[in-house]
Amino acid sequence: MMNNTKVIQVEGLTKLFGDFVAVNKISFEVEKGEIFGFLGANGAGKTTAIKMLIGISKPNEGKALVAGFDVFTQAEEIKNNIGYMSQKFALYDDLTVKENITFFGGIYGLSKKIIKEKTTSLIEDLELQKVTNSLVGSLPLGWKQKLSFSVALIHNPKIVFLDEPTGGVDPITRRQFWELIYKAASKGTTVFVTTHYMDEAEYCDRVSIMVNGKIEALNTPKKLKEHFNVENMNDVFLKLARG
Amino acid sequence: MLPIIFVLPLIQLIILSNAATFDVKNIKFGYIDKDHSTTSRALIEKFKGSTYFNLITDFPSQTLANQAVLKGEIDVVLEVPSYFERDFLKEKNASLGLTINAIDGAAAGLENVYITQIINSFNMNLKVDVTHFSDRQHSSTQITTIPLFWYNKSLNYKTYMVPGILVLLVTMITLFLSGMNIVREKEIGTLEQINVTPIKKSQFIIGKLFPFWVIGLGILTVGLLISKIIFNVPMVGSLLLMYFYTTIYILVVLGIGLFISNFTDTQQQAMFIAWFFMVIFILMSGLFTPIESMPKWAQTITDFNPIKYFVEVMRMVMLKGSGFIDILPQLIKTLLFAIVMNGLAVWSYKKTT
Repeated sequence: MMNNTKVIQVEGLTKLFGDFVAVNKISFEVEKGEIFGFLGANGAGKTTAIKMLIGISKPNEGKALVAGFDVFTQAEEIKNNIGYMSQKFALYDDLTVKENITFFGGIYGLSKKIIKEKTTSLIEDLELQKVTNSLVGSLPLGWKQKLSFSVALIHNPKIVFLDEPTGGVDPITRRQFWELIYKAASKGTTVFVTTHYMDEAEYCDRVSIMVNGKIEALNTPKKLKEHFNVENMNDVFLKLARG
Repeated sequence: MLPIIFVLPLIQLIILSNAATFDVKNIKFGYIDKDHSTTSRALIEKFKGSTYFNLITDFPSQTLANQAVLKGEIDVVLEVPSYFERDFLKEKNASLGLTINAIDGAAAGLENVYITQIINSFNMNLKVDVTHFSDRQHSSTQITTIPLFWYNKSLNYKTYMVPGILVLLVTMITLFLSGMNIVREKEIGTLEQINVTPIKKSQFIIGKLFPFWVIGLGILTVGLLISKIIFNVPMVGSLLLMYFYTTIYILVVLGIGLFISNFTDTQQQAMFIAWFFMVIFILMSGLFTPIESMPKWAQTITDFNPIKYFVEVMRMVMLKGSGFIDILPQLIKTLLFAIVMNGLAVWSYKKTT
């Protein structure tokens, strides 16, 4: 069944909170190395869906394989193979840049030698040399987000899940952030990203749009625009979200 | 944060150990002497000589004395009736009137004891004098008890209180720090990030417990130094045994803290629950009120109070020099608590929602 190039396979995945259906039988597949945009209005169920895929929320129904592992029974194996960056900045504000990298490297069981190498290359890539030993809490948001993304990739995961990674970040940093995403994808990492910025949706290989817990559209940005006969993703989104 | 964690409890130790005294001192004493005899004056002199009473006031009438008690100016009024000396000498039986302000029942009880003791000793002296004067062989059947206080010869309340207060401080700090900890990570969002990593539950819990465990032992160490240097509390028993017991005890408290942490979503909730348990634990620990005098059901509750065992062990080892075998019952119960509480903490910590 499991095709090697499909790293995420979801079928009829559902999550209920009491009577409220947060995620309603969604199905999709994501290819290896793909940048998969996961769009939707606030409250459409994006974050709930992501939480099921990364193994911190149990689905009520459906099937989902992430990196080849079942979300129902193999959540911990999934966690070894994915990186995650949440809406909230979630590195430790009261640790330094270097300490955060060492800490998360340690949690993923990387050896001291590899952590050291990773730290050096990561700090160079992000040009954080001057703040290596500063508390992360004192850094500007854009820097924090880039650091957070790099830390999510520290253990070379097969898939990285990004939940609104660029919220509240300035356009220049957003561009830099997307350069990081492309770089990761070019190395074969699958990127699963949610965003509210429609220009960012254009950067994705394929895009799904969620409305009220359901996936209403799934295709490449180009095909979506053709299908809805509009100029840009913004209009696609407006057409769908308004119903 | 670290200096706060260490300095504040130690200030508490120093202040509370001096203030939390069961001695009743500075009793405001008033008297009404209707007899104006040598005997009545001698009796009142006895009170003036005691160190427990100060502010000795002479009231001309009962009404004025009562008013002073009402206003809180006087704690105790002794009334010496007319013909006190005559009754005493002739009939060998005289009565005195005693009024005690008993709003604070415990203090009133102690005041009563002090006063009775003074009157008794006065009584004895007087009887001796009387027999001497009348030159008769007085068949005295008076039995005197000579109390012998073990383990705290001078009845120094600090010797008794300091180990107890130290127990409270170690408990409070470790409970609050651990109780707040995971909840705080929930609030900040770092817990979610941790939950997405393949970290094992036990690794996470041990990683969370270890620093607080070290801090708890650190507070014990500094507290013991202060007990020795400032309060000169005797340390008869083995320090090693005390540390061994504390090592296990802190695990119990940390288990409780983490358990609370797992069931709450905000630091406020966690704080509230931690306080709920802390107040019950403190007041039912036998530190301030003897467990023996509690109702049966309350005594049963104290069996589940880890602070009770720590207070017992601390006093046994420090003051009595109890050894490993002596504290074994407490040790086993504490160990059981540690296993149960930490089991619950690991069980209730869920990486999924």
